[in-house]
Formats: sequence, C-alpha cells, structure tokens
Amino acid sequence: MNPALQGLVTIIIGVGGCLAYFYFSNQLLDKVLLPAKGPNAGRNTNRANLIRPWLFLFPAVFALGLYLAYPVVATLWYSLTDRNQGGAFVGLANYRQMMAEPKFWEALRNNMLWLIIVPAASTAFGLLAAQLTDRIKWGAIAKSLIFMPMAISFVGASVIFKLIYDTRPAGQNQIGALNAVWLQFDGGIGSFLILRLLPGALMISAAALALYLAWQAVQAIREKGMGAAAVLRAVLIAVMLYIAYATLGLAYGAFTNVHPYGVPQTWLTIPGWNSFLLMVVLIWIQTGFAMVILSAALRGIPEETIEAAIVDGANPFQVFFKIKMPQISGTIVVVWTTITLVVLKVFDIVFAMTNGQWETQVLANYMFDKLFRASDWGVGSASAMVIMLLVSPILIWNVYNARKEMR
Amino acid sequence: MDNIAGRTSALNWIVQISVVALVALWLFPTVGLLVSSFRTADQISGSGWWQSLTASEQNLTLRSGSAAEQELRDGVYIVEGNLFGTVSDADISVWGVTSRAIDSYLPGDTADLGNGETITVQADGTYVWSGTEELSGRGQRVFATATTPPEFTLENYETVLVSGNRTDSMTRAFFNTLTVTIPATIIPIVIAAFAAYALAWMDFPGRALLIAAVVGLLVVPLQLALIPLLRLHLEIGIGKGYLGTWLAHTGFGLPLAIYLLRNYMVGLPRDIIENARVDGATDFQIFTKIILPLSFPALASFAIFQFLWTWNDLLVAKVFLIDATGQTTVMTAQIVELLGTRGGNWEILATAAFVSIAVPLLVFFAMQRYLVRGLLAGSVK
Repeated sequence: MNPALQGLVTIIIGVGGCLAYFYFSNQLLDKVLLPAKGPNAGRNTNRANLIRPWLFLFPAVFALGLYLAYPVVATLWYSLTDRNQGGAFVGLANYRQMMAEPKFWEALRNNMLWLIIVPAASTAFGLLAAQLTDRIKWGAIAKSLIFMPMAISFVGASVIFKLIYDTRPAGQNQIGALNAVWLQFDGGIGSFLILRLLPGALMISAAALALYLAWQAVQAIREKGMGAAAVLRAVLIAVMLYIAYATLGLAYGAFTNVHPYGVPQTWLTIPGWNSFLLMVVLIWIQTGFAMVILSAALRGIPEETIEAAIVDGANPFQVFFKIKMPQISGTIVVVWTTITLVVLKVFDIVFAMTNGQWETQVLANYMFDKLFRASDWGVGSASAMVIMLLVSPILIWNVYNARKEMR
Repeated sequence: MDNIAGRTSALNWIVQISVVALVALWLFPTVGLLVSSFRTADQISGSGWWQSLTASEQNLTLRSGSAAEQELRDGVYIVEGNLFGTVSDADISVWGVTSRAIDSYLPGDTADLGNGETITVQADGTYVWSGTEELSGRGQRVFATATTPPEFTLENYETVLVSGNRTDSMTRAFFNTLTVTIPATIIPIVIAAFAAYALAWMDFPGRALLIAAVVGLLVVPLQLALIPLLRLHLEIGIGKGYLGTWLAHTGFGLPLAIYLLRNYMVGLPRDIIENARVDGATDFQIFTKIILPLSFPALASFAIFQFLWTWNDLLVAKVFLIDATGQTTVMTAQIVELLGTRGGNWEILATAAFVSIAVPLLVFFAMQRYLVRGLLAGSVK
C-alpha cells in the first residue's frame, strides 16, 4: 500500500479508534455496567465515577509505561546481561568493559564540556538578547529571527555549519566563512588583539568569576557553619577552583600558542577545537529558546523594584545584576536544566558532522555506535544507563518541585 | 520602565547596533545555506556565497565550443562563440590556456596553441578559435579571471525535487517524513487530552503520584528506550516500519503533551465545569464540548512542538523505521547519507537541507505565537 495512503488510514484508524474507545467505554460504563437508573442508581453512579478516570487515563498510562517506564528497567537489565551468552546475568562485566575503553572516557569528558559550555553560553547569549531586544521598537522581529534556529533540525544545522567550516586547499578561494575570516589574520596587531588579547581576557575574567564564586561559598560556610549544605558548598568550591585553574591555563595558551597564519585549516579535524565548533551549532539553536523564556521573566519583574533602585541611584549594571538577576534566578535554573537535558541527548549533530572521529565522541553517539554498529547491546545499554544517571538529578529535582507545587 | 533610567540616545544607538549585529550573526549561517542552494556547483566551489551577492572576481575554467561546430572560412578552420554560453555581463581581466599560467594574456590577445592553432578571447568572453588544419577535440579550455555579476539558478531544486535522480531526489524522503509526522502528531494529542482532563478535573486516588510520574518521565532520555522497544517491536511482529515509528513518537511525546495540557486545563475556570456538572453533563460531554474547545491554544502549542520534533528527528527514524531497503528513508537520514557520499557537492547538500528545513520554518513563522506560549507554560514556574 502507498505509504501516504497508509498514513491516512492510520490517522483515521488511530484517531477514530482513540475517540471510539473513549466514547464507547464511557457508554458501556454508564448504560450497561453501572446504569444510573433503577434501585442502585446512587451506588452505581459513585462506582462509575471511581472507574471513569481510569478509562480516560488508560491509553496514556499504557503508552507511558510501555514506551518510557518499562525501557528504563529493561535497559538496566540488558546492561547486566550478555546477549551472546543467551542473556545470562554477568553482573557489572559490561560496565567494566566500557570503563576499559578510552573512547568511553573521551565521550564522557566531551559530554562534561558540552554540559558546562552549551547551557552557560546559550543562557548568557539568551539573556543578552532578551535584555537588548526588550529595549527597542523592532525587538519582536529581532527575537523572532534569533528564535528561528529552534525550528531547524540538528541535521539541517549540521549541514549549515559544515558549510561554514568547509576548507579548500591553500591558494583557492575559501568557501567556508570560518576559513575566509581566518585567512584575514596575518599575525599583525589585529591578530594580537582578536586572537590573543580578547580570548585571554575572557578566560581571565571567567577565572576571576569562578574564584569569586568560590570565595562566596567559603564565606557562606564560615557564616552558616558545617552541615549538609557545607558539603555541597565544598563540592562547589572544588569545581570552581578547577574551572579557574583550567581557564587560567587556557588564558596562558591564548597568549603563547603559535598560530599557523595564512594556512587554511580543516577545522573539524583539530582535536580540542572541533568539539567547541560542534557546540557552537547547539548554542546557535538553543539561544533563541533561552531568550524567549528569559525575556518573559524579565518582563514579569515588578517595575517598582527597578524604580526604587534607580531612585536610590543604582547604575544600569547594578540594576541588572542586583535587582533583575535575583528575581529571574528561578527561571535561569529552569532554562539551564532544560538545555542540559537537550545536551545530554545530543546525538544528531555529532553523528552528522564528525561521527565521533577526531576526539569529538559524546555519550549518545557512543551508545548508538555500540548498539547499531558494534551490535554490543550490553555495553550500549550500560552507556545508556550512564546517560540516565546523569539525567536523574534533574529528574528528582523536577519531581520534587512538582510535588511541592501541588500541595 | 527604561525611560526613567535617563537613557541617553548614545546608549540607545549602542543597543540598536548590538541587536543588528546579533541578528546578523544568527541569520548568517542560514542565509549562507539559502544562497548556496541557488548557485551552481562551479559557483559554490569557486567563491564564498557572500561574494555571490555582488559582482565578484573569480577564477573560472571555461571551454570553447567543440570541434564539431567548426566552419571553414578562407582556408582557416574557425569556431566562434562566447565562453559564457550566451552574451553575458562578465568582464575578463586576464586569461590563459593552461592551469599553470592562468594570467598569461590580456583580453584581446591571441594565444598560440601550437600546430597553427590560435585562440583569441575578448573581455566579454567572445572568442575565436582557429587553426590552419582541421580542429579536433572537445573544445579549447580557457582559464579566465573574470568579474561576473550575481547569477542564480533553480537547477538544484529541479535536481532535488523533480528530477527523480535515484540518489539525489528528496521527493520520496519528503513524503516519508510527512507520513511519519502527521499521525505521530495527532495521535498523542488525542490520548494526552483525555489523560490531562482526568489529571486536572477528576478526583481519584493516586492522582498526585501519576502527575509526579509524568513529570519524571518528561526527562527520561529516549536513548534508553531504543533496544527494549526495538526488540519488543520485532517480537510482536511490528518490525521496522511506520507503525512502530508512530507508536514510538506517541510514547515519547506523551509526557510533554500531558504536562502541557494538564497545566493549561487546571487553569480553566472551575465555575464552567461545575455548572455543567450540575446541569447533568457527563464527564465525556464536559470534555468534548467545553474543555477541548477552550484548550485550543495548549493543543496548538503541543502540536507544533511534536510536529517540529518528529519532522526533525533522526534517531527514532533510524532505529524504528529505516530498514535495509532504504525505501522508507526520511529527509534527515537522507541528508546525513548525502553528507557521507556527496560531502563536496554543496549544491545538492544545501538544496536538500533547505528543502527539509523549509516546512518547519513555515510552521514556525506562521504559528510562533502558540510555540512561545507553549514554551512559557512548560518552563516558567
């Protein structure tokens, strides 16, 4: 049968079936099983009302259970068994095998970088765009244009950015924008300013920010004393110190690295840089999302608070960082976690652009590789469980918040 | 509220310029793809797309008419014509006859090709190729550095959409994508709407637990579902195909659908529903006659999400749909395939990619209002 026709039939059967199920099951309940007539009318109505919610819920609960809840358990089980031994239980052997693979650690390391950089950059750009576009007349149009990449598939975006990163041999016209820009640099003063001073200064300010946050945490421990929160703060301090150390190292590199000026680069094959170039694709897509949400949050800030600050003589930066930021911090957390979830599942971009070569592997692609190319279901499931493990803090946090809200 | 901050016009200008820069930066990649899809292969590989918008100087490899067109005039064999095919606005600055020396001659010069053959090229591309003996071969190659005006073509779209070329044609993939998308968008809406109504307006034990479960399932990565479900599909005989894909998309889309719709329905005025109950309406009637029409905005926003998600999806299609025959390939999968086999053919790639992103972009711009509303309902708490 023609797929289009089949699709149409499915829509009719699927939708019609759903509607018919809901209609007839309700009819059955009300007219046949527990009619609201006769001697037991009252009791029947009560019973029918006990059953009815489950009629409404049944298809959804069934689909959720089968397509999301059951797989979590099944994947856990597969990760502990060996397909080649007929599904025998092998304990943690798959995990051990996975840990022994350098490619897994590469994927995990890259995923961590993605997890820090993409949400941070998207939120920062989104906040900047929201703050700027809210102040101008044609802001709605600007927003809509920055928001547009949301509609573009990861695969489409990969093609778009592959064109930007494209390389032609030296001497020919470069058709990739990145190389065309790169060839403008010749090691002169402009190159120093843009390729050394700018990134160096950015890295140093990032390090300073991390140290500042660490210092704040130290202060908080001093003031509030030891406890469960202190442990979390200590972890935060350690992470911040590491970030400061890493960014200072990068800053040093920015000033000392020798750049191959005038030579077109095949960007996607340079380990270290290529992962960042892939992240750019996702940042480009997610910034619009962050902008839309943060812009709504910024508009929701009561004007009195800002007026009061201005009357008290606050400058625009103080208004932004001391008045607006604290009021939208909840929304920033939501945006951050939502983008984190997207990042954890990122597969298409890496698959389409490098397929994990040149040290760009990420967990989701590693898993796909194991499942469908190496046909190793054990290790594939184990890596899927690693993704689940990384997601679960957000899952618990969301459920906790949702329950708090309902009370 | 910004006015009271005593904004100076200088600051205003800085804001305006920054926004222009930001928007330009965000549009640049997509525009590059769009422009490239209207250029020929030679144009794309000859110069960056940003140069195609203005008259630009390019190094071109051109060929004269073949020896079959030659005429005998006064004892000399001659082929005449224009290197650009028809009369063009191109302006040749220098040219040559070998790839090693592409700047040997100025317009109007005559190059000696040996064996009594010569070729003369004018600035506008007209040439005279002549020889004292009969000419042979496919035509003389000419390497020219020329300034050509912007020129665009629809050829690529013809190749990709209507040519029926086996590897490049996107027509089938387009309809396959459509076949996946439409049922995968509509079915979860129907199922989720009923469930959301029950979770919002019906009282039963375990309701809070179910809502928490839905919130939890919102973030479960679908990666976990791949193997167990593929196995299940193979065991119960669905195998790889549309049915399995529709079911998978339905399952993966349900948590968001239920979450969005419930949040919206809870906010509907209680009076309407209770009045209807008092008047003797059943839950089924309340749902279809009151709740559904009122929930249209939420339904629309989820529909857009699910449409974009299923249209742009690669992973689910690769796992649950595309079998070895490749008959059921979708556009995203085919583009990845093209990236592998035709990595250098940017005219095909760019056009195929643009065809695949055109529909979501249309939906996006037409229904942006609902999309934003859905995002806000889903995220801001």
